[in-house]
Parts: sequence; C-alpha cells; structure tokens
Amino acid sequence: MSSSPYSGSELPDIANSDFQPNLSKRYALDQVFEQLTWIATFIGLLVLCLLLYDIISDGASRLSWQFISSFPSRRPATAGLLSALVGSIWLLCVTAVLAFPVGVGSGIFLEEFAPDNFFTQLIEINIGNLAAVPSIIYGLLGLQVFARLMRPITGGPSILTGGLTLALLILPIIIVATREALRAVPNSLRQGGFAVGATRWQVVRDLILPQAIPGVLTGTILALSRAIGETAPLITIGALTFIAFLPPLSLEGLQTDFTALPIQVYNWVSRPQPAFHTNAAAGIIVLMLVLLLMNTTAVLLRNKFQKGRM
Amino acid sequence: MMSNMTNPTMISDSHAHTQEPALKMEGVSIYYGSTPAIREVYLDIPPHQITAFIGPSGCGKSTVLRCFNRTNDLIPGAQVKGNVFFHGVNLYSKKIDPVEVRRRIGMVFQKPNPFPKSIYENIAFGARINGYQGNMDQLVENSLRKAAIWDEVKDKLKESGLSLSGGQQQRLCIARAIAIQPEVILMDEPCSALDPISTLRIEELMQELKAQYTIVIVTHNMQQASRVSDKTAFFNAEATEQGGKLGYLVEYNDTVNIFTNPKQEYTRDYVSGRFG
Amino acid sequence: MKSHPSPLARSQDAQMWQPKRNLSKWSEQLVKYIFAAFALISVATTLGIVFTLIFETFEFFREVPIFRFLTETQWTPLFTNAKFGIWVLVSATFMTSVIALFVALPVGLLAAICLSEYASPRVRQWLKPTLEILAGVPTVVYGYFALLFITPILQTFIPGLKTFNGLSAGLVMGIAILPFVASLSEDAIYAVPQSLRQGSYALGTTKRETITGVVLPAALSGIVASFVLAVARAVGETMIVTIAAGSNPTLTFDPRVPVQTMTAFIVQVSLGDTPATSLAFKTIFAVGMMLFLMTFVLNIFSFWFVRRFQEKYE
Repeated sequence: MSSSPYSGSELPDIANSDFQPNLSKRYALDQVFEQLTWIATFIGLLVLCLLLYDIISDGASRLSWQFISSFPSRRPATAGLLSALVGSIWLLCVTAVLAFPVGVGSGIFLEEFAPDNFFTQLIEINIGNLAAVPSIIYGLLGLQVFARLMRPITGGPSILTGGLTLALLILPIIIVATREALRAVPNSLRQGGFAVGATRWQVVRDLILPQAIPGVLTGTILALSRAIGETAPLITIGALTFIAFLPPLSLEGLQTDFTALPIQVYNWVSRPQPAFHTNAAAGIIVLMLVLLLMNTTAVLLRNKFQKGRM
Repeated sequence: MMSNMTNPTMISDSHAHTQEPALKMEGVSIYYGSTPAIREVYLDIPPHQITAFIGPSGCGKSTVLRCFNRTNDLIPGAQVKGNVFFHGVNLYSKKIDPVEVRRRIGMVFQKPNPFPKSIYENIAFGARINGYQGNMDQLVENSLRKAAIWDEVKDKLKESGLSLSGGQQQRLCIARAIAIQPEVILMDEPCSALDPISTLRIEELMQELKAQYTIVIVTHNMQQASRVSDKTAFFNAEATEQGGKLGYLVEYNDTVNIFTNPKQEYTRDYVSGRFG
Repeated sequence: MKSHPSPLARSQDAQMWQPKRNLSKWSEQLVKYIFAAFALISVATTLGIVFTLIFETFEFFREVPIFRFLTETQWTPLFTNAKFGIWVLVSATFMTSVIALFVALPVGLLAAICLSEYASPRVRQWLKPTLEILAGVPTVVYGYFALLFITPILQTFIPGLKTFNGLSAGLVMGIAILPFVASLSEDAIYAVPQSLRQGSYALGTTKRETITGVVLPAALSGIVASFVLAVARAVGETMIVTIAAGSNPTLTFDPRVPVQTMTAFIVQVSLGDTPATSLAFKTIFAVGMMLFLMTFVLNIFSFWFVRRFQEKYE
C-alpha cells in the first residue's frame, strides 16, 4: 500500500542531506491515526444508536395511557408511573424555583459586583470543586441537613428535601452558565450605561440581563434536565420507591413523600421479573421524552439568542 | 555575476556557484474560493541574497511569500495558479509533497511562536521528525549558535521556550528553522512584534545567515527593507469591482534602485511615504 | 421615549431632574448583599458536606476502630458479625473505574482530536451536539443498558460472566463519561493558537506529527483536567454500578463476578429501612467521606496541574 499521495520526492537534493524523512511511512501512520480518531468518534454515536434502539424496542409496546395514569403495582401489567411522573414535575418546579434565583444572583454577583480579592477567588475555586463532587455526596448532605436536621420544616425525605438537594447539586452549573452569558455581553454596553449615570445594579438589570437572559435560561434548563435524570441523591435522602398517591397541590404537598421517574425506573430494573424490565424501558422512554422536550426548548432558546445577536 | 549587474553591493560569494535563481515565480495568481487575491506575479529570487517584499498592508505580500513553502495549502479555499520553481522544479506539481517542500524551505513567522516545549526540544522537534541522522546535541548547539542565541540559553536548554523574551523567542524560531537545514528561509514580518534592539539583532543575524541561506523577508518597514535587503519587490493592491483588494507586483529591482531610482510612480510615492 | 432637555438648559430646569440617588444607592447595596449571600450558599454547601461527613464519620470511628476499617478484608456491616474492610468497596470502585477509563480516556481524546482537527466545520457542527446527547442520558438508563443489553452480549463470548459483573458496568460507564472527556479536551485542543500549528507545518511535519508533537502538548493542561474530571466521575458514578455490577462486597479484581462499589453500598443502605442511629447508617457517611476525599484529592491535583502546566499564549 502506498499511502503517500506523492510519487516520491522530486526535489533536487543539492546539499548532501543528513535527513532521511521517510515520508511514505509517516503518511501511512498519518492515515492510521486519522482513521482511529474517526472510529473513536463513531463509537460514541454507535452506542447512542444501540441504546436508543434497545430501549425503544424493549419498551415502546408498553407505552399506553394506562401506563401513564396508573400508580405502581406488584403486577407489572397494571403498574404505571403516574406518581413518579408527578413527583418529577414537582421536583422540577421546586428545584427551578430554588436554584434559579440563587444561581443567577450568585453569577451576577461574581461577574458584575465582586471585587477581585482572595474571598471571591475562594468562591470561584469552591464552585469549580463542587462541580466535581459526586452527586451521591449531595445526597448524604441532603439526608443529614434537610431530611433530618430540618425535618420540622421539610417533613423528612419530602419533595422539598429533594428539591433543596437537587438545587444545591445544579447550582454550580447555573452559576457558570450565568457568568458565561454575562461575559458574552460586550463591555461597551456597561460603559454606555455608566456614562448616562446609571448605577451598577441599574446597568445590570436594564441593560446587561436582557441581553444575557436567553443564555442564562438555556444554561438553567440544561442544569434542570440534569437534575431530572438524577437518581442517586434522591435515593440517598430516602425517597420512596413505592408511592400510591399524589401530593396535594398546596404547601403541604411540599412536605409529602415522593418518588420520581428515575427512581421508579431503577426500582423496576432491579426486579428479577422480565415484565418489570419492560416497564423500566417504557419508563425510560417517558423520562427521555421529558429530557428531549427540555433540551429542545434550550436549543431553540439558544438559536433565538444567537440570531438576536446578529 | 548576479542577474543584475548594477548591484553595488554585489558580493563575491563562494556559494554563488550558480546564476540560476533559487526560487522563481511564473504567473502566480492566488484565489480565495473564486475571489482573486493576487494577480500574476513573475519574480526571480537570487540565491544567497536577501530579498524584501514591501508594500501597503493588505497587498498580499505575505500571501505571495507563503507560496514558496506551500503554507497557503493549509488555508481552506486558498488556491494557487501558475508555477513556482525551486531549482527548476515546479513546487506546485502534483508529484511534489508539500511536507518535503517545507523541510527544504524554512519559515519564520510574524509573531514568535515557540512550541510549548523546552528550548532544546523546540530545536530538535523538526529534525527528529525528519529523520536527522547526526548528533542531535551538536545540531541543537549549532543551530542556536547560528541564530546568535546560544550564549543566552546554553545554561537553560531544559526550560520552556515560552520563558524567553520576545526577541529571544524569535531567534529561537530562527534557530528552529535552521535546524532542519533548509536552503531558503522565509521571514514573514519577523520583527513586527519586537522592540528596536531585538529588531537590530535579528537584522544583523540576517546578514550573517545570507552566506548560507537564501532569505526572503516580508516587511512593512521600509527602512528595514533598505537596511537589510539586496533586492526589493514592491507590491500594491487595487480595489476590485466586488469591493475586495487585488494585489500585484509593481516593481522588482535592486534595493538601491527601488529606493533611489524607482521606475514606477506608485513605487516612488510609496518609498517617499506618500501612501501606505 | 421622553425628550430630554439639552444639557445647557439644565440649570434652568433643575427641578426636572430628581434622580432618587439615595434610593438607588440603597437598593444597590441591598441587591449586592443579597447576591453576595447567594454566592455564599455555594461555600456553605461545601462546608455542609465537609461537616456532615466529618461528624458522622467521627461517630462511626468511635464504634469501629480505624485500624479495622483499613485492615479487614471483608465488608459486612449489615451482618451480626460485622466486618468493616473498606478496601473491599474501594477495590470494586477501583476496578470498575479503571475499566471505564480504559474506554473513556483514549476514545474521548481521539474523538476530541477528530472533532477539532479532522472534522470539517459542518461535520463538527452536528457531531458535537450529538455527543452531548450522550452526556445528557441519565445514568439509570445506562444502568439498564449495561444490565440488559451489554451483559447478555458479553455473556455469549465470555465464559463465566455473571449477570452482575464489573466488566459490563465499567464498559458502559466508560461510554457515559466519554463525552465529558471529548468535549473538554476538544475545547482545550481547539484553543491552541493556529500559529503553533503553522510553525510546526513550516518545519516539514505531517498533520499527525503536528497534532501529537505540538498541539497535544500545548493543550496538555486542559486534557489532563478533562481526564481528572473523568476519574472523579468514574469514582463517584452510582447508578450504573449499582444496577449492573451488583451488591456483593467481594475483594477481587475479577471483572466477571458481582462486586459492590462504595457508591452502590450507599444506595443499598439508603434503600433499606436503616434507623438513623444505627451503625450501618453511620457507615454510609464513612464511605461517603472516603469518596469525597478521593475526589477532593483529584481536584487538588487537577488545580495544581493546570496552574503548573498551563501555557499562556498571547
């Protein structure tokens, strides 16, 4: 195999050269290397296709209104994920309400207000650190602080406890996304604002945030979709796997026990009967559809954002 | 001896064993996509001399320079028409491997771009990859000596090339180019990022190097061209109907003639500082 | 929009300009302090994690001597004859992580090189988001995939492979963390200045030689940071190993048999009805502490490495 596209060096060798470039061997290695990188890239895509195929072929037939609208059951054929779906939606709302203002506020503080001192650097290092802490550790924190110490407020392993735990988990992601969105707003806009006599907060609120908000929202939605898929911290704080009621739509609802889609899926996967595995696959399809919906929203927002900046 | 007998700085160079030009351009035009950027350049680069390309910014002098070692190939959409000859061989022939061309025709860039490696490895990298058979330590030392930087770095060869000052970095890059023993060194505005003292050192270095190498330098600094070069090519650009710029060679002659007795009015205006 | 008086007219119309300077100054301060308090929540989170873990771990070691924790070779904290050899769990975490990293690091780095250096901008534009989908798949889904798809396939040609095993969990975990390696490494590789690539090509190098000889060393700090993050992810990954690797605490490096990782143990205890005062309950905090220390050390290393080796380009 001649892998060199050239039929050998035609350049006259005037100086008696000390070099033996051996180009054909090097080109052969080049080709092997490039093929390897393509194979590596397609391994990921191949697995993604296999995974989707596997789950759809296992679970699609089980999807029905009965499945969506039923509570869990000991019999796989009558089991459903109503309580899990509703639990996940509750969690999503609580987490969003808690994490969004705190995350965006922290991001604004660090990017627009904070002086560049030791203290701010500490916060920054800390945020980087938190992003690498395993989610199950957040579960242990939630178990101890929210489910046990704050039991009178949260009501134990409740929706509120779950929301608080997940909010802490995704806080670093929202902070980083907010800062990036703020950083993308040109400095000239800030200077223009200051030049007409606005205070820093007025500049941020009226000039910077409107520009940055699509980026902030995109980052927040992506962070929330991470929270929706989390299983380990919820199990750790003591979320139940078998819930046959819906939380009341009131503040007491926050203090009720709950289950969530990934917990329900885990519960079904860990049963020995194959019929429950089918339920798990169907549950995964529902979970992935929820994620797809959230991600599509994020992508649409991002596209709108990028178009708006032209 | 040289192609132009009026050259007052004519040197009796033992290496000038041939009157044949080291590099030759025949009707070279360069396109980006379908947009022409350079119009038909005809040019002979004499061996063992310094040839300077001058002209206002945007006239494409760097683009022309990059034809000599086919680095234009790396820009997506760039296309070179016409012929570039290196010792009579067309560099743009299908049989010619650009990688081999670049080993024979070295290049120094506008901004010093040492690799994030040790000083030693900066020099050894290209030589090792191109299968250098000799003593590597010796090659590194020789290259650094030729680039007039050995005394400054000999005690810290293991340190990062990025730890040097700008002027030192540029001389390191020259040493790196020398190490693969090219015949031609292309310099693309090598002093534009340097302070005057570093610039002076590089200019002195070029005078030492031309005994062994053919040097082509792009510069926007007319004083530099008049100080260092033997021949000067003046490029200019004209506005195209599409609103772009089309570069072309206005005049090419001995440096003395370009600066004291230009044939073209554009050249006269440019060297007297009336535009550019 | 209101029409503003010209600056010259200002002295006459001074009463038209009554900025609520005091109010805006006051609200400015208020907002600043509220946001600063928000930013402190992240610090409080870290402190909360550290104190929670330290407190319960301390309680744990009052009942179980640290000597037993570090030297016993069995892990049976829920049995009457309880043994607390943490290495049993650590070995399982180590094994599954190593398998995962064998997949994620080389494949992720090669994919990053492909995206940054070989793929055309158009191909890159759709390849990168597709890989990001892989990163967004919940881990419980990967657990399902490992247990019910990969393991049966592997069983057809690996004799003695049990239903729950470290191999399948590790492989799928590798796929799950691959996109993080690819994405972060690609950012680092893509950010290497073009001038370095040109400098390398000018020495007569091929594309591969430029990539391996110049571009990758220049992106080293970012690549290592992505690798360290991958290690931290593998060590802390929970659902894939819980579902696919099983819950048999065994001190072994045999990837074909069921094992229990540190994270899987925490899940196992959390699912059971363990009273908060029991020793088993404290055990999960001790295991959590171990896990946290591991990721903390990794973080420190990453931080140090990036500081030490990050090259500053203009």
